[in-house]
Amino acid sequence: MDDSLSGTVAASESPPAVDMLNITMMFGAFKANDNVCLTVPRRSIHAILGENGAGKSTLMNVLYGLLQPTSGEIRIKGERVSIDSPSRAIELGVGMVHQHFMLVPPFTVVENIILGREPMRGAGVMDMGKARADVKELSDRYGLNVDPDAKVEDISVGMQQRAEILKVLYRGADILILDEPTSSLTPQEIKDLERIMKNLVAEGKTVIIITHKLAEIKAIADLCTIIRAGKTIDTVRVSDVSEQELASMMVGRTVEFSIDKKPATPGEVVLNVENLVVRDYWDHEAVNGLNLTVRAGEIVGMAGVDGNGQSEFVAALTGLRKAESGVITISGVDMFNKSPRTLFEHGVSSIPEDRQKHGLVLDFSVAENLVLQNVGEPEFSRHGFLRKDNIMNHARELTETYDVRPAGCAAAKAGSLSGGNQQKVIIAREVTNDKELLICVNPTRGLDVGAIEYVHRHIVSQRDAGKAVLLISFELDEIMKLSDRIDVVFRGKVAGSVEGGKADQAMLGLMMAGGEAHAANR
Amino acid sequence: MRQTAEGSLRARLRSVWNDTFLYTLLSILIGLLAGSVILLVTGFNPIEAYGTLFGGVLGTGKTRMYAVQYAAPIIFTGLSVTFAFKTGLFNIGAEGQYIMGGLAALVVSVLMPLPAGLHGAVAVLAGGLAGAVWGAVAGLLKAYKGIHEVIVTIMLNWIAFYFSNFIVMTPMFKKPNSTASVEVSETARIYTDAFKEHFGSVHIHWGMLLAPVAVAFCWVILNKTTLGFRLRAVGFNRNAAEYGGINVGRSISLSMGISGMLAGLGGAVQVLGVVGRITQLAAQEGYGFDGISVSMIGGINPIGALFAGLFYGGMKYGGSKLNIIGAPSELVNVIIGVIIYSIAIMGAFRALVFFFRAKKEGRPL
Repeated sequence: MDDSLSGTVAASESPPAVDMLNITMMFGAFKANDNVCLTVPRRSIHAILGENGAGKSTLMNVLYGLLQPTSGEIRIKGERVSIDSPSRAIELGVGMVHQHFMLVPPFTVVENIILGREPMRGAGVMDMGKARADVKELSDRYGLNVDPDAKVEDISVGMQQRAEILKVLYRGADILILDEPTSSLTPQEIKDLERIMKNLVAEGKTVIIITHKLAEIKAIADLCTIIRAGKTIDTVRVSDVSEQELASMMVGRTVEFSIDKKPATPGEVVLNVENLVVRDYWDHEAVNGLNLTVRAGEIVGMAGVDGNGQSEFVAALTGLRKAESGVITISGVDMFNKSPRTLFEHGVSSIPEDRQKHGLVLDFSVAENLVLQNVGEPEFSRHGFLRKDNIMNHARELTETYDVRPAGCAAAKAGSLSGGNQQKVIIAREVTNDKELLICVNPTRGLDVGAIEYVHRHIVSQRDAGKAVLLISFELDEIMKLSDRIDVVFRGKVAGSVEGGKADQAMLGLMMAGGEAHAANR
Repeated sequence: MRQTAEGSLRARLRSVWNDTFLYTLLSILIGLLAGSVILLVTGFNPIEAYGTLFGGVLGTGKTRMYAVQYAAPIIFTGLSVTFAFKTGLFNIGAEGQYIMGGLAALVVSVLMPLPAGLHGAVAVLAGGLAGAVWGAVAGLLKAYKGIHEVIVTIMLNWIAFYFSNFIVMTPMFKKPNSTASVEVSETARIYTDAFKEHFGSVHIHWGMLLAPVAVAFCWVILNKTTLGFRLRAVGFNRNAAEYGGINVGRSISLSMGISGMLAGLGGAVQVLGVVGRITQLAAQEGYGFDGISVSMIGGINPIGALFAGLFYGGMKYGGSKLNIIGAPSELVNVIIGVIIYSIAIMGAFRALVFFFRAKKEGRPL
């Protein structure tokens, strides 16, 4: 590692906050971490970048005391330590915010934060007043903006995360590990989190974030350690490298950010939606008078801030929710309020937003998942009996073509695959269906750049094969990269439409916020 | 490469199965140990008591067939619970479906004169159908009204119970000067006296053959057919199944219907093959609830249910032998109870073993 790096960020000659030396972590014969070194200077934001399964979470679990390394040494603020449990880690000032929050939903924020460390007033009597004041003070100091009395079940994901951060701070941590902190946040919440992290550093804390999102690293991190296949590839000063370089170091090959896309040659209208009205759970008209067309051979992107009717629109389009009124046709055939089965039979295939809820039966094997919709076809069953050999062969072919890992996973349970590979299973299935319309909802959520590139290539190749593609995503970059036309949705309507090549982020952002007139006049 | 990955997967599956099997045997052992502690405390010699129990069951061909006779109905209810479980439903209503099955068999046997042989078959089918309807009611309510099947089936149990008591006591069915129905008609009997010299008073009936057929039926449906595929998909993940174009409401109704049919068949063969009539009951007989125990001891697997049913049937029969040495026959219930607890706890035990192994190897949990 480059020695000049230490001490550059935080002007101090004191030892680094964390020094992990030659950490090796074996699981059986598998080396999850292979001689990994990590030096985190005090008062810095240090990113750990790697693909899914590269070993970054393992490394952090070692630091947080959840795992004991097979070999290696850990120093916290210069002192050699052995961290055999999370409580020991907390004693040493190391706190971790997990990707999946660990809060008690019916408890208030304060109750959650003090859980296990309740301040006492005499024997067995909790001092809620002091607890509340302490939490409030911490929240204000770091600008966390958390309502201490709100119940966790009532607050947004972003606030839940801030409550988790508060919990860690309350326990006296000065080294905070955040595991994939932005994976479930909205863009605004991500901005807030970035600000909070900077506040934390300004107040003397050290922050380690585990992530595979390059833009975030560029935006906030000082240093970045790249881990690939369990080995440290490099530690770099973020300002010195481009996203492109980071991505290449992460996956070990050149990653194409821009996609090689021929101009679209749109044909007949496949999907036509007119004046669609869909009510949401609370009976509001979440979609009110939406119009949209998608032609064969084009990708129409639907951009918009979450909560402007996208979920209800997709649910109505895929047969999961009844629409109030309007028109939906597929290739001219009425498909208004039809069942998922009918839609499937009439040419609709979709990559659902929630792959574990709607996309896969996690307790089924990959092979079974791949025939979920068409098990009744003669290739896979005869007289109501499954043709297991054909189902397995089909799965072997698809898992190979779509590079679903681990190799030979056709018989493995879908739930045992990583998120990216689960997504590949769904894409393999939906693309193989070869339907006229492909609906993709946040198709790359939670995937790393390598997998994203892969998914994007498949979406474009579907378009090139003459399919109509509707892409609904909260990732503006994704929308701009793939779409031939972008429809911006605002408050349940399409507020404006832009040609794919001519869109820029500022313009779309403005339209997404409801500023259609301005944007359209530019 | 692929071959080895799949090979090791199969090996793992096999080891899991072995695991389940071993844990079940261990649970039975724990149950018997608990029973012996109780025997010791109450002043009996456990070895003598168990000798009497198992000797009484396995001693002669006749006693062994008695055990099978006890087992037949609870294999059916055990299958009923297992089938529902496999498709994500908890059928507590096997009891009611069993009652309705028996009642329908009685009604057909009394009111619908048919030639011998055919009569029995039609009565058994009527029993299966009645059970299926009773199960499907719960399925339909779950599928289309969102009412949990546990609540509905518990209520349906009591409705079936009182309905049966009511029908049995109507002038058309009541046997004068008794609290039971008239006998099922001779033509509808499904037992045979052909083996009388071997097995004496044991009722050898067609239900004993139908039970393994039902086991095979369940296994084939669940593992080999598109129907089973879809039912299981709905059981595991209703949302994904719906998204994948499977008719979820139909699947749930059908699954409860099949589950009910199995319990109904159990009731029918017991009435036509063993009891010969239906008595007015003061309390539920518990065949349906025994089915839950059978299903659990059998590892929620149709083939497991067959063996668990035989085991449980044997224990129920053997319990009566304990009276010979003066020990209470309720001991058997204690043993079965401890076995079920152990099986439930085995899940925790297994998790504990996994935890310690993981800790030792430093694996994440």
